[in-house]
Amino acid sequence: MGKTIAEKILSTHSGQDARAGDTVVAELDHVMGQDGTSPLTIDVFRKMGGRTVAYPERVSLVIDHSAPSPNEGVSSLHKLMRDFAREQGVRLYDIGSGVCHQLIPEQGHVFPGALVVGADSHSCTYGALNAFSTGVGSTDMAAALISGKMWFRVPETIRLLINGTLQPGVFSKDLILHLVGDMTADGATYCAVEFAGEAIQALSIEARFTITNMAIEMGAKAGLMEADEKTLRWVNERYHGPCQPVSPDPDAEYREVREYDASRLEPQVAVPHRVDRVVPVGEVEGTPIQQAVIGTCTNGRLEDLRVAARILKGKKVNPDVRLIVAPASRRVLLDAIADGTLTTIIEAGGAVVTPGCGPCVGTHNGVPSNGENVISTANRNFKGRMANSNAFIFLASPATVAASALEGKIVDPRKYWQYESGAGVVRGGSG
Amino acid sequence: MKYQGKAHVFGDDINTDYIISGKYKFKTLDMKELAKHVMEDLDPEFYEKVQDGDFLVAGRNFGCGSSREQAPLALKHAGIRAVLARSFARLFYRNAINTGLPVVECDTDEISPGDRLEVDLEAGKIRNLTTGKVLTSKPLPPVMLKILGDGGLAAHFLKYGDFHLTGEME
Ligand code: SF4
Repeated sequence: MGKTIAEKILSTHSGQDARAGDTVVAELDHVMGQDGTSPLTIDVFRKMGGRTVAYPERVSLVIDHSAPSPNEGVSSLHKLMRDFAREQGVRLYDIGSGVCHQLIPEQGHVFPGALVVGADSHSCTYGALNAFSTGVGSTDMAAALISGKMWFRVPETIRLLINGTLQPGVFSKDLILHLVGDMTADGATYCAVEFAGEAIQALSIEARFTITNMAIEMGAKAGLMEADEKTLRWVNERYHGPCQPVSPDPDAEYREVREYDASRLEPQVAVPHRVDRVVPVGEVEGTPIQQAVIGTCTNGRLEDLRVAARILKGKKVNPDVRLIVAPASRRVLLDAIADGTLTTIIEAGGAVVTPGCGPCVGTHNGVPSNGENVISTANRNFKGRMANSNAFIFLASPATVAASALEGKIVDPRKYWQYESGAGVVRGGSG
Repeated sequence: MKYQGKAHVFGDDINTDYIISGKYKFKTLDMKELAKHVMEDLDPEFYEKVQDGDFLVAGRNFGCGSSREQAPLALKHAGIRAVLARSFARLFYRNAINTGLPVVECDTDEISPGDRLEVDLEAGKIRNLTTGKVLTSKPLPPVMLKILGDGGLAAHFLKYGDFHLTGEME
């Protein structure tokens, strides 16, 4: 019987014939922690009797969730991370560097066939590069720092085959929202999900990250894609070691295979307070909004900012809306400055914050008020997610968020997209 | 290991933001302090009501959302002895095992708020002392029982200095 991508990567890294259901201890290629999880990791590292990090070069600590620090408590946790990084000789991405899930691939720490863990639930993002990567807790990460290894239960895999072509004004974010809605928030719990098909192949690497980023929102342990020429080109520009792309065997065993047609998909919105409560934008059109957010590890990349800028160009954000833009990394910020994207956004009235998580998780940078509606490109709309349990969060693509920011209410972005770019000229699969 | 305690019942899809809001977890490593805010968006008096050794009982997909280990830790420090749910989100499940908080998958529809329960982890038996009903749970895989038995992964590493699970993986 053949193997899935997950089974193959866990086999090569554990030296065992890993099959779904087995438990293995496997060697890790990279370990990431952010400022919400690393302080506890460091605490546990000491309590576990840890003295030195096994492979410092395979470790990255990222200060992104509350960056720069909003208060004294956070400052002391940040200091703990900085001191630990210095003491152990591990890499630290300090404030302003960007969101962990942008940095880890962008800085060349991920490659096809790699096994990566991150002490953050959206570490499944790196699966777009054909790596098995998954979120773990602080204790797991401490054990990984000490041993360079981690215990895994080899997951079953669900394969999602996406046929067809996304229409103009419809983006990878709309696709993944639709898939999460269809699979439901726990439809893939404990499983790996392979995303495949022509609609996936047509996407840029940036747009693919948006998909794998949200695999966890259907409960998945990992979201995986095969490596194609685009993947290898993207990786080769950033990573210079050996790598072994991994494809599933034709006779691999899947828990389930589902097929979708991307061609008929409309822009999608996840409505409060569940990520899997997903509707076509038409159903919520007209809902007033007070805050719009473009950024996060889901949609804070250059491509996303460009989509927003294209819609905002020469216009003004509605006076009743605060538009907050958080570029995913310093690189993204610099590129968006260089090509004028940022000027367009700022002229339209956008408030740009430090590269990082921005207002995503309610630590700072734009906490909504009671009763307010927020439309965001993020990946979660749980009650209280943005630090106010009396606010309502809608999730959508950068295009839908930008268009809604202009009108002060949720709107279908396609009229702006077609108006700006000419119908059919720009394919919609790039955000 | 048999435990007795009172059931505190919640619904489906209790996410980690409900268990402990992000606004607290970034502030401190003091779990006793975090424990005071556990579940407060759903029940502001939760912390006051819980007695040492009580059980948290929930529906499907308990603990979905973030990887924050503060979620199981804060529950543990609030006095929760074990969490019983119809199903768990993977990260919460994993973190609970690693931090030594037992998780039990069973048909929780049979449990009402305030019921007294007796939970036997090894046998996978939950006796509802209030109604007299007995529920069974899926037994935990040996690797997880081993980690729980050692008191969590930190205690496991303190004891062995590395992963020592091979015997459990066959
Ligand atoms: S941007 Fe949001 S979802 Fe992504 S890592 Fe930061 S807090 Fe988490």
